[in-house]
Amino acid sequence: MKVTLHVWRQAGPADRGRFARYDVADVSPDMSFLEVLDVLNQQLIARREEPIAFDHDCREGICGSCGMVINGRPHGPERATTVCQLHMRTFPDGAELWIEPWRARAFPVIKDLVVDRAAFDRLIQAGGFITARTGSAPEANSIPVPKRDADLAMDAAACIGCGACVAACPNASAMLFVAAKASHLGLLPQGQPERSSRVVNMVAQMDAEGFGACTNHGECMAACPKEISIDFIARLNRDYLKAVIRRPW
Amino acid sequence: MELRAKIPSGPLADKWERHRSEIKLVNPANKLKHEIIVVGSGLAGASAAASLAELGYRVSCFCFQDSPRRAHSIAAQGGINAAKNYQNDGDSVFRLFYDTIKGGDFRAREANVYRLAQVSASIIDQCVAQGVPFAREYGGMLANRSFGGVQVSRTFYARGQTGQQLLLGAYQALSRQIGLGKVTMHPRAEMLDVVVVDGRARGIIVRDLVSGAVSAHAADAVVLATGGYANVYYLSTNAKGCNVTAIWRAHKRGAAFANPGFTQIHPTCIPVTGHHQAKLTLMSESLRNDGRIWVPKAPGDTRAPGDIPESERDYYLERLYPSYGNLAPRDIASRRAKEVCDEGRGVGPGGNGVYLEFRDAIARLGRPVIAERYGNLFEMYERITAEDPFERPMRIFPAPHYTMGGLWVDYNLMTTVDGLYAIGEANFSDHGANRLGASALMQGLADGYFILPYTIGDYLAQMKLDRLDTAHPAFRQAEADTGERVRRLLAVNGRKSCGTAAACRATGPASPRPSSRSADCARSSGATSTSAARART
Repeated sequence: MKVTLHVWRQAGPADRGRFARYDVADVSPDMSFLEVLDVLNQQLIARREEPIAFDHDCREGICGSCGMVINGRPHGPERATTVCQLHMRTFPDGAELWIEPWRARAFPVIKDLVVDRAAFDRLIQAGGFITARTGSAPEANSIPVPKRDADLAMDAAACIGCGACVAACPNASAMLFVAAKASHLGLLPQGQPERSSRVVNMVAQMDAEGFGACTNHGECMAACPKEISIDFIARLNRDYLKAVIRRPW
Repeated sequence: MELRAKIPSGPLADKWERHRSEIKLVNPANKLKHEIIVVGSGLAGASAAASLAELGYRVSCFCFQDSPRRAHSIAAQGGINAAKNYQNDGDSVFRLFYDTIKGGDFRAREANVYRLAQVSASIIDQCVAQGVPFAREYGGMLANRSFGGVQVSRTFYARGQTGQQLLLGAYQALSRQIGLGKVTMHPRAEMLDVVVVDGRARGIIVRDLVSGAVSAHAADAVVLATGGYANVYYLSTNAKGCNVTAIWRAHKRGAAFANPGFTQIHPTCIPVTGHHQAKLTLMSESLRNDGRIWVPKAPGDTRAPGDIPESERDYYLERLYPSYGNLAPRDIASRRAKEVCDEGRGVGPGGNGVYLEFRDAIARLGRPVIAERYGNLFEMYERITAEDPFERPMRIFPAPHYTMGGLWVDYNLMTTVDGLYAIGEANFSDHGANRLGASALMQGLADGYFILPYTIGDYLAQMKLDRLDTAHPAFRQAEADTGERVRRLLAVNGRKSCGTAAACRATGPASPRPSSRSADCARSSGATSTSAARART
């Protein structure tokens, strides 16, 4: 099959950027979308043009490195699928695709489709952890955790930190990412001592990074390759409200 | 070269306890003066960096990804072993030790493996305290499952994402230390060389993968937690960025390499579909519990699997190993699959595949039971191949995915270069010739949380504190060597790889359109475009 790609090319953070058109022939339906970019890059390098920069690593949909907007949808049209696991058979022959990086103030473009997601790391540094010094842990079974809580915590913990939720949100909000981490840790007994400070600190950091506010569009959940539920946002809001009322902790 | 393993004397069971009590400690005030470099942020690297920072050392951690959370440990599916004996089924430290040694064909270092089994229980305690959402029983206690090669149930798991959850636990502990200013994190940085001064590792040379700038970093000790070398094979299940530079450069600087031939070829991966393919995807070994592996009896049989009658099928594992059947150990299952494909009996495009069929299990147990057990895996397979395993047998083929060999280390996890440590998959010591399932995660975390933080102190306590900065001639020399190597590579100017100029098959100078039809061509150009893209980003 053949595809036409309009790829966002931006030489660096200061460059304005533009779409460049590429026609790629001999695409196999069994290729992943990233493999089409590999093939295109091979051709670009052979023509002594600059290859398209994009983040990728595991190509199994778990590391969260890859991510790009395809025809307006983060990670493309397939439900619950990262772009590395998106196969070309999803698209009709002759498809015309517009490829853009994540667009959010908190995720500045580094080059082409590569954005700087260090803001997510700083959100975790602000409170997305349980303080447990190595060696200080009690016997693992000393605190039972109801299966229901453990399962729900796991649903939230499945987040791969790709940033699709931010890219999908009209406000470029990081609420789903923060809510997933706050819920994962807040649902477990081990996470209780820092539950209030965690949500307050992470929300403050989210504002400081320039992420927008949540206005309940639900686009994040629709784009999430791990189908993380916006129920966790309700949980975060409740924890946040309780924490600020109870202040100081 | 003289290899001194420094294994403590005394009975196996007492070695670690005694060693821990006898090795030198670094005074808390002095810890603040020691700088340690940790390269890699997977299970071993992140846990080591976090634990060393908690102890008070100044730590710099480097990873090539944009965030430490993306290291390839994240892709581990199955689980992590620990001798907790929660199932009351007779597990013990000795049994875990013995299973590991035996699984590795008695080629691992006994003292290291015994210590690994001893600290395994603490790993689970630590991870639970960090909030790793392990699977639970209805009563709230931790659940276990069995893995290949053992008769007890000692594997802890978090759905099919155990590696992800353990890594996030270590990443969060590391993030806390970064937030506190105890660890300086250098993401998008690739280590290019180790700097050795007077026989001791004293720093590294690093390339910033955004700017391309090469810089030098000094420290009192260097820890390599940079994973294995399965990507020396053209296609493996390793991530694209796992390019082995770090341990290779360390080897060139004098660190001995042990057992490089001990690579694990995993029997159940999705076969290659074409020359464009970037890497292989692993399917969990658990599929072999209910699936039957077969190929047609006649070479070159291209009929659809459903059209091949029972009498013309060769269930070769069941035929050759009646007692193990389809659950034959990984290495055996892999070798036999390769053999039948070499005989021309492989199935699917290119003949590089064998069938793994669930027809009989579905008939016996019903579709809902199979869907509950393997639903996620079937969905993943269908997404990649567009074939429904309920309707048509899966096609699988062996692929390299883990390397037991690595840098030689002594009992303290130090390589043959003083002050240069190797932990996790990067070292060679714990798995012998074959690793048991669910033991890679255990070893990475054991090294990072509970072994290196003690043993590195013994070295630092005995070294004279001599401030060394990157102005030292050894750093200048290593930087110059690195620059020269890069210059030489760029000067090759690509006549033999289609990434830069001519297509592989073209004999003349640059042709405008690369031929991507030969596998060799795709091979060399793929490598070139990846490294070129990375060098320029």
